[in-house]
Amino acid sequence: MELYLYLALFSPLVSSLFSALFTATPKKQFTGIVASGLIILAFVSSTILLTHILSGGDVVHVELMTWMATGDLYIPFGFVVDQVSVTMMMVVTLVSSVVHVYSIGYMDHDKGFNRFFSYLSAFVFSMMILVMSDNFAGLFIGWEGVGLCSWLLIGFWYHKESATWAANEAFIMNRIADLGMLIGLFLVYWNTGTLQYEQAFAAMPSLSTDILTWMGIFLFIGAMGKSAQFPLHTWLADAMEGPTPVSALIHAATMVTAGVYLVIRANPLYDLIPNVGLFIASLGAFVAFYAASMALVNRDMKRIIAYSTLSQLGYMFVAAGLGAYWVALFHLMAHAFFKALLFLGAGNVMHAMHDELDPFKMGGLKKPMKATFIMMTLASVALAGIFPFAGFFSKDLILEVSIIEHHYIIYSVLLFTAGLTAFYSFRLVALIFHGEERYKLFGIHPHEAYKFMLVAMSPLLILAIIAGSFKMTYFEMVTALLPATEYHVHSVAMYWIMTIGTQIFVILAIAFAYKKYAMSPVTVPDGTSKMENRLCYKILINQYYIPYIYQEYVVKPYRELSTIFWKEIDMKIVDASVDGIAKIFYSTGENTRTMQSGNLSTMLKWMVAGIVALLSLAVVFGLAVRYSDEIKVILSGLGVQ
Amino acid sequence: MEIGLNHYLVLSTILFSIGLVGVMRRKNLLMLFFATEILLNSVNIAFAAISHYYGDLTGQMFAFFVIAIAASEVAVGLGLLIVWHKRHGNIDLEYMSTMRG
Repeated sequence: MELYLYLALFSPLVSSLFSALFTATPKKQFTGIVASGLIILAFVSSTILLTHILSGGDVVHVELMTWMATGDLYIPFGFVVDQVSVTMMMVVTLVSSVVHVYSIGYMDHDKGFNRFFSYLSAFVFSMMILVMSDNFAGLFIGWEGVGLCSWLLIGFWYHKESATWAANEAFIMNRIADLGMLIGLFLVYWNTGTLQYEQAFAAMPSLSTDILTWMGIFLFIGAMGKSAQFPLHTWLADAMEGPTPVSALIHAATMVTAGVYLVIRANPLYDLIPNVGLFIASLGAFVAFYAASMALVNRDMKRIIAYSTLSQLGYMFVAAGLGAYWVALFHLMAHAFFKALLFLGAGNVMHAMHDELDPFKMGGLKKPMKATFIMMTLASVALAGIFPFAGFFSKDLILEVSIIEHHYIIYSVLLFTAGLTAFYSFRLVALIFHGEERYKLFGIHPHEAYKFMLVAMSPLLILAIIAGSFKMTYFEMVTALLPATEYHVHSVAMYWIMTIGTQIFVILAIAFAYKKYAMSPVTVPDGTSKMENRLCYKILINQYYIPYIYQEYVVKPYRELSTIFWKEIDMKIVDASVDGIAKIFYSTGENTRTMQSGNLSTMLKWMVAGIVALLSLAVVFGLAVRYSDEIKVILSGLGVQ
Repeated sequence: MEIGLNHYLVLSTILFSIGLVGVMRRKNLLMLFFATEILLNSVNIAFAAISHYYGDLTGQMFAFFVIAIAASEVAVGLGLLIVWHKRHGNIDLEYMSTMRG
């Protein structure tokens, strides 16, 4: 089994290095094929490990080598395949295999084809380290690795100003959160003396609640950055500047769920501090609603899906915060499938529409792009949570958890958000695929994506439909590691009322979206309609003015402060002192070079002067040594020493 | 009054000072050699005197070494001096400044 573990871990690295060899050369089709092959190899290895774990096999635990060993500190490069990490491995390798194959078609005409695959595989490698590590240090390496790859990939089209800006924003936001994460890790090490999950969690129950609370808070700050929770959420929507396969893989399916994974992994810690858990759940519910509301009015296809991701991450945090870790992981898995599918579908649409992102300028695309239409509709159905699609099982479960735990406010927020989710998903589908063919006004002739791209997407489609049926198998597997709380509403009648009620509510929202955007004529908004001038619309389209506030009250003052530091402190103190030292050497040289007149007499005079100086020094020291006692007496008389 | 070690040392110091001033002030290369000889010989006097005072021959042996070295130094130096004079027609230090920085 260890062989498969190493294969799953290192074949993405090999893939990345192989593609990296060709980054400076023109597009080579085989880099894409080799990279995809290696990622699929990792996927197959993960599947073998999954069957091993499913059939009741032992947890695979290897220690590759010692990384740090000084004194009491011992951190190995250790990797573990247990019930939780194998689930993550499956999600990561499956989605990345699909995205790799898809990218061969999507990046077909791009100059940076080889470079793209190198980055993408490097991301998969970092993500595998993140999920497979058996200690916090390894997790942190992966954590930073995915952050770096995310930066590289958001800014993949680096000649675009907006792309580099978005990449830097994402990186800096994550860096702020990573500081919190690091403090959390230091607290763990300080108090438990180890970073290995097992020992650290075993030592935690004996610690005081205060320390545990701080640990939980700081680790969660790290999770907030990676999973783009409020108030560190603005980077995720801007990250859509990257190529669409990147959005599908990194900013929907895998990297952004790392925060959820961290909370799930640290479940023994969060179980001890239910207050922090409640905070996480409340923040999650808030973000779920907050992001969904922004998606309602947005006019950028990818941003709508990004807000939807944000909203779904909120759902996951609600489940994780309320202690239903396996539910959170289940929703993470189901969400990865349909959200990646949705993004890849959006990528097809973008290709067809020549990078047009405004769904109001599309319409009626279901005829030329039938397969994409079906896939995106089914993915949206799954996202909305209609029976029997994947989203129904995982999302309904989260709603049930919140009602069973008696958090009725969270429940109602989530229920309402479910309606919003259905509305904005189908608003998007209706605007893109139904109604009049508005794209004709812009002279675009849409075409369906390559066949193999559609075939590559099909596994995601199948999983988006059937993932829900794995619920019991999955439950039995992961509860070997996670708290096995089964969530059943107490009375059967109530369960049915809740489920059917939710379903009807969601279907009504879908019907409303269709009525508004598919049945009635839609015009491209130009800022004159009544709705666009309403206050709430303005708030939503401007993302609650949060980016504006950040720009005005954080970025600008910081910039001014930096300018002050640059001009006043750096130039006047630091630079001045460094330059001053250099000037001393220059001027001494300049002033003493007259000494070197070449005249023997002058040189001899200097020599004599030097001898006299040295001799007198020798005499002074000699006298000082000889009369040291007397000097001490005099000095003590003066009060020195 | 008996002549003791101090007298020799005082004589040596006086000679040394004269030599030093000569080294510093003279502009003629030949005079510089003379001044150097005075310096060396002042040291020789001090060596011999101290050697006699302690009854140890090492100092006198050093004096002999110094004399030998001084002789060869003068031989080489004078040779160079003559060559210099043949080429430039003078032996004035003021004109020997090719090492000017």
